[in-house]
Amino acid sequence: MNLASYMRSLAAKLLHREQIAEEVDEELRAHIQLRADDLQRAGMARSEAERQARIEFGGQERFKEECQEALGGNFLEIALNDLRYAVRMLRKTPGFTMAAIFTLALAIGANAVVFSVMNSFLLHPFKLPHADRLYAVWRPDVRDAHESYPDYLDLRDRNRSFESLAAFNATEAGMNTGKEPFDAWIMEGSGNYFDALGVRPYLGRVFHASDEHGPDSAPYIVLSYGCWHGRFHDDPAVIGSTIQLNKHPFTIIGVTQPGFHGTLVFFNVDGFVPLVNHAAFGQDDPSARKDRWVFMALGRLKEGVTTAQATADLNAIGSYFEKTYPKEDGRMRFTVARPGLYGDYLGGPVTAFMTGLMLLSGLILLAACANLGSLFASRAADRSREVALRLALGSTRTRILRGLFTEAVLISLMGGAIGLLGSIVLLRALSAWQPMPRFPVQMPVNPDGYVYAVALLLSLVSGFLFGAVPVRQVLRTNPYEIVKLGGTRSGGRRLAARDLLLVVQIAICAVLVTASLVAVRGLARSLHNDFGFDPENRIVVDTDLTMAGYSSDQVPAMQKRIQDALAAIPGVESVGLGDGVPLGENQPDSNVFREDTANLISANAVADANRFDVSPEYLHAAGTNLLAGRGFTWHDDQHSPLVAIVNQEFARRMFGSEAKALGSFFKTQEGKRIQVVGIVETGKYNSLPEDPHTAMFLPILQRPSSSTWLIVHSDQDPQQLGAAIRSTLHNLDAALPVSIRTRFQVMDFAFFGPRMATISLGVLGLMGAMLSITGIFGMAAYSISKRLKELGIRVALGAKREEILQAALGRAFRLLMFGSVAGLLLGILASRVLALIVYQATPRDPLVLAGAVIAMLLLGLLATWIPAQRALHVDPVILLREE
Amino acid sequence: MPDQAQILPGTLDLLILKAVSLGPLHGYGVLLRIGQISGQALLIEQGALYPALFRLVRQGLLKASWGTSENNRRAKFYELTVAGRKRLREETEGWNRLAAAIGSALSARPEEV
Repeated sequence: MNLASYMRSLAAKLLHREQIAEEVDEELRAHIQLRADDLQRAGMARSEAERQARIEFGGQERFKEECQEALGGNFLEIALNDLRYAVRMLRKTPGFTMAAIFTLALAIGANAVVFSVMNSFLLHPFKLPHADRLYAVWRPDVRDAHESYPDYLDLRDRNRSFESLAAFNATEAGMNTGKEPFDAWIMEGSGNYFDALGVRPYLGRVFHASDEHGPDSAPYIVLSYGCWHGRFHDDPAVIGSTIQLNKHPFTIIGVTQPGFHGTLVFFNVDGFVPLVNHAAFGQDDPSARKDRWVFMALGRLKEGVTTAQATADLNAIGSYFEKTYPKEDGRMRFTVARPGLYGDYLGGPVTAFMTGLMLLSGLILLAACANLGSLFASRAADRSREVALRLALGSTRTRILRGLFTEAVLISLMGGAIGLLGSIVLLRALSAWQPMPRFPVQMPVNPDGYVYAVALLLSLVSGFLFGAVPVRQVLRTNPYEIVKLGGTRSGGRRLAARDLLLVVQIAICAVLVTASLVAVRGLARSLHNDFGFDPENRIVVDTDLTMAGYSSDQVPAMQKRIQDALAAIPGVESVGLGDGVPLGENQPDSNVFREDTANLISANAVADANRFDVSPEYLHAAGTNLLAGRGFTWHDDQHSPLVAIVNQEFARRMFGSEAKALGSFFKTQEGKRIQVVGIVETGKYNSLPEDPHTAMFLPILQRPSSSTWLIVHSDQDPQQLGAAIRSTLHNLDAALPVSIRTRFQVMDFAFFGPRMATISLGVLGLMGAMLSITGIFGMAAYSISKRLKELGIRVALGAKREEILQAALGRAFRLLMFGSVAGLLLGILASRVLALIVYQATPRDPLVLAGAVIAMLLLGLLATWIPAQRALHVDPVILLREE
Repeated sequence: MPDQAQILPGTLDLLILKAVSLGPLHGYGVLLRIGQISGQALLIEQGALYPALFRLVRQGLLKASWGTSENNRRAKFYELTVAGRKRLREETEGWNRLAAAIGSALSARPEEV
């Protein structure tokens, strides 16, 4: 039959369903009447004849259904019937249904989240036309994309592979809109930046190559949608107005489309300015070939140009550089790389990490399917009588299997839908999350069509996977045997592979539970750690004076004014100044050498010490204890001898002992001799789990820096104090953008790793627990349905409750014990690895051990509760009568 | 009643086509006709006839219309379409070939081998 007539018959079926059913009915009735007529003619009484005719005809309902099927186009109807039946069956066992849906929701949700992230970061990072042809110029030997401006211009003009080669640089700038100045992140783009990428304005216009006429010729800014929305409150009138960036005027000419936030995946910028106006942001020399300050050059490859061709083309320009500028450029090797994650610099680890996660979540889904499969098998075993009865009444095996699959797919689709919803909520939170408040780092993950398609596919596949487990059972069902004898008696001990799988799941779960408890305890402990400074009652103010246009010779005076003004706020005990703080975002360091070292190369350095340039009040304000010697004074300036305060570790490594350190000299990378005048305790500088690290504090007046970090010590409410600080600074300079945080908030950066590790372990532990619960539940439920009759007989013979439980659940509990102990031991071993990330993570902690044991016990109890109830409530009378 | 043979799977359609080719029939009539032309030798489960009839209609080999039976009952009558007639001819030829082949195979004697 061809498709058209099928469609016609389908349409007719749908339109005249009732009518057709009636017609079939009438025809069969007519047959019986005609047959009865004949029988009557042969001498039977009418009623007897009709009865006889009906018997001869056979199962009317079945034939009616077969007629409908034969008519075709009733696929939908059958599916609907199956669906109704499946819903009825699932509603009869709400516990099972909920457990199954929940399991799948978690497993599919996890897959959806991981896939969404992979999709947004790796597969489709940019919603730009032909984004698949977008490549950056990459230098593989140095794993870097930086170019000098003249080199970029040559690359742009000489290449034959890119449609148009653009370049950009990311920079931080103080943006003053006339109200509250703030710290903005700006992308400086070449004139062709937007045109090369194919980015269109949401409002106003973007800048073009034609806007550039040499240095500082295009003081325009295109705001990102996020910045326009957040800072300018969607006001279209800002187009044409002027704002200041680092005190340089820029005219707002447009707003980019909402989805576009620059060409780095994790990095959300506030606006785009032409690269030719770079003087407002840095001292780099745009005409120097050696000054590689341009962050990246990128563009779309011409249609049909392969990456290999592009690489060859770029390397030809590389040879040109070598020939023409042997001193500045030398040999330059090029290749092309994906721009979003900075080539393989971030792309490599992110790809590896995401692939690992994808594998892991795939495994979780597989294990969930295996567990649900055994749950389904136990259900099918419970229903073997029903199945047998239906087979005996003329239902086909296909029909019964279709019913089972409908149930499985229904469950998996519901689980998938819930999982997808959950993952969308989670991803919203992830997209809004700013893990490092000082940087515009964001992970915008928006589930799109691909994600929905994958979630649907995974749901269907997993439904068929676990739905297929009981198929053999149904196919083997012999209705005659089962109706006569009741219950399948086969099976028994043949589940060894499934048992092993279960033990592995339980063990993994126990590992994860132990590890996450260890991590949580370690994290909690490390908050009350000895950091080498006191984070309590401290506010940190940070800014950079260049953002308000201060030249380097104005900086020290302004810093002193700020310090004095803050110290004058009522309730402030002390204010210290530094160019950075320990456990903050930027940790400058430099090589230090013994006094007698002549050749100052890295190999000869005693250590790479953290370096903080601080004011005399810093140590006191930060709460860092001076152990010996003196602190700095305001006389330690550029006119007095160079001095330093070092930590104990520095003293020990450089001079052998703290006593020898005082008064001794060491050398810096620049060859300057510095005398040690004081010794402070060793603290934490870069991360919490770090080994004792060398650190030195130098007088800020001897090395002025525009990077300004102030530690304000006060026991006042941080909120109020923050407001007071803000208004004080506003009075000093209204154009100075500042960030005000508590000392603990600054340390978020250092806590980022341990927190992430703890959270991921927690999530994985939850997944593991979910898998173990469904696994044990399925296994226990299955073994009980198999042995219901035996249990009934035991009850009838007077077995005690404990004995029944022992008989029914002994195996499940043995598996649980075995898996838990193995997992606990492994977890303790794994914690050694964990200690590298989470400071003070140790499994030798009674709370952790007790917690893990209790967690596993609870899990076992939860999983076996329903089967245990069932075993205990076996009614031998009903059971024996039924069978 | 003489011994009745279960019909071979797949031959029901052929029998129905043949029965209907001799003149339009309602479902019960098809049953009677098959009985008649096979000398009551073939047994057909009454109900099983209808799914087959519906299938043949769907395949376009039969067409159906409502009419009145000889004893004044409303019934659905089936008759062959052109495609049905063609199919009957093909199937008959096929059957004859098969039957002849099997017949000759079964009547083979040792000396012929």
